[in-house]
Amino acid sequence: MAATTIEAGTRRDFLYVASGAIGGVGLAAMAWPFIDQMNPSSAALALASIEVDLTPIQVGQQVVVKWRGHPLFVRRRTPAEIAEAQAVDANSLPDPLAYNNNLPDSALATDANRATKPEWLILIGVCTHLGCTPQVSTPQMPQGEYGGWLCHCHGSQYDTAGRIRKGPAPRNLEVPPYTFLSATRVKVG
Amino acid sequence: MSGPSTYKPNSGFERWIDTRLPLPRLLHDTIRTFPTPRNLNIWYTFGGILTFCLGVQIVTGVVLAMHYVANAGMAFDSVESIMRDVNYGWLIRYMHSNGASMFFLAVYIHMFRGLYYGSYKAPRELIWIIGVLIYLLMMATAFFGYVLPWGQMSFWGATVITSLFTAIPVVGHSIATWLWGDFAIGDATLNRFFSLHYLLPFIIAAVVGLHIWALHVPGNNNPLGIDVKSPQDTVPFHPYYTVKDAFYLTLFVILFAMFVFFAPDFFGNPDNYQPANPLVTPPDIVPEWYLLPYYAMLRSIPNKLMGVIVMGGALVTLVFIPWLDTSRVRSCRFRPLMKQFFWAFAVACVLLGFCGSQSVDAARFGIPLVWVARVASFYYYAFFWLILPIVGLVETPKKIPASIAQSVLGDTAAAPAE
Repeated sequence: MAATTIEAGTRRDFLYVASGAIGGVGLAAMAWPFIDQMNPSSAALALASIEVDLTPIQVGQQVVVKWRGHPLFVRRRTPAEIAEAQAVDANSLPDPLAYNNNLPDSALATDANRATKPEWLILIGVCTHLGCTPQVSTPQMPQGEYGGWLCHCHGSQYDTAGRIRKGPAPRNLEVPPYTFLSATRVKVG
Repeated sequence: MSGPSTYKPNSGFERWIDTRLPLPRLLHDTIRTFPTPRNLNIWYTFGGILTFCLGVQIVTGVVLAMHYVANAGMAFDSVESIMRDVNYGWLIRYMHSNGASMFFLAVYIHMFRGLYYGSYKAPRELIWIIGVLIYLLMMATAFFGYVLPWGQMSFWGATVITSLFTAIPVVGHSIATWLWGDFAIGDATLNRFFSLHYLLPFIIAAVVGLHIWALHVPGNNNPLGIDVKSPQDTVPFHPYYTVKDAFYLTLFVILFAMFVFFAPDFFGNPDNYQPANPLVTPPDIVPEWYLLPYYAMLRSIPNKLMGVIVMGGALVTLVFIPWLDTSRVRSCRFRPLMKQFFWAFAVACVLLGFCGSQSVDAARFGIPLVWVARVASFYYYAFFWLILPIVGLVETPKKIPASIAQSVLGDTAAAPAE
């Protein structure tokens, strides 16, 4: 009666496992296209770059332009704002890294690493907390305690180099890749 | 109480159907003869009201989808065209937008009723958990729907909520990009949200089916929280509860109609009548009222990842309630201590909602609201993870009636055989 019981498993066991495994791999392979279709399409990935004319921007002024769907801050800082930003020890900051796409990832968040030309601070205007656009501080309407930006959504405060100083945001505002084409023209992206 | 069926086919045709597709039998047993505790009060009518709400949202939603255009350049104008040009479009859209608020109002009453009368306790744990699942699906559906008009609040609300995922270490930003289908919220995001907003209500309808199926195994809990012991404790669902449900549904619809016709933008945010602008965040981003308590929790924590964990944990906590409550007594009616903590919990939820509706740095009576939200968030967690287990062990419950019939009809009527 018990002649068919084989300890190592039967042909049928093998077929079960083998077809199950092939089916599983096939299912996983078929799942990927359905997941990946949600990622940015080739059209969205074609990275756009823009050129910004700096001549009309006054000292102490910020202009906002759209870059890759996000606001881009171009701020011409006053000497006082630059001095304030330079006086801060990068290691004492909540986030000591520069997040400057023009520099290595390990660069410290010194003011020099945040703005290659001290007068021009160029940032992606997306709060690193939950993506709102922070409000820029002006002498007439200060935003936050650090002279930089205040995000009204959840109260994150940035200093005059766009570094997080207070509030829930974990990181400094990101510096996009950019190159100065001339003294008054910058290419972003 | 899903005992043997009492269905008797009345004709040859009914018998023919019954042996092939016993749908009449199912309906007979579930909404006609289903034995239901005779002491259910007004708070037990919200299950039926919620089914009505789901129906309204699906019917009005299908109609709106006939006129809506899911395109970042055209969505806002298509909603305005529904409001101005489409015949009765204003009515259908206001029913849909206010319907969402009425749906959440009803679901919150339904949930607090379940908490108060211990409806989550054995053997009804799965009914509760399926209910939590429905609640989560409702929140997702409402969120997707709120994005569709593509106003300022739609856009920035979507930005904030999807950015919650960036709090996840390592893969967070990839997940957010995957959700957006771009580097920011845009056309791709709007299209997929529309697709999902149309899909989820039907998933909710299916899960509601499971909810009711699970309910019909042990039958309804009741305000006394005691089991049904004899047929005397129950009445047939029809006509007793069909009529009771219909009566309170009518009152609910009057309230609904008041908002639709006299205050259609009461729950709305004026900022959402401005087209989405990716360069300007409105000064105060506020979610719809039904999400405010969770939003207040998120904002009260000064750390991004922790804020998201606290907010998400508040929802996940709901799943564990059946096992956190250690009391043998279901209903708070017989739990003098628990009753007080329950009402304090209700107050904490309302306080959280209020804090979430105010700006981040607001204060009342010299107290920063962020601290009020912190205390209330702490109480929210403490209620479930400390109070529920401990009070169940230390509390002395009041005397529980012998049966539903005795409690409702008095001793003599409850014992007619003697």
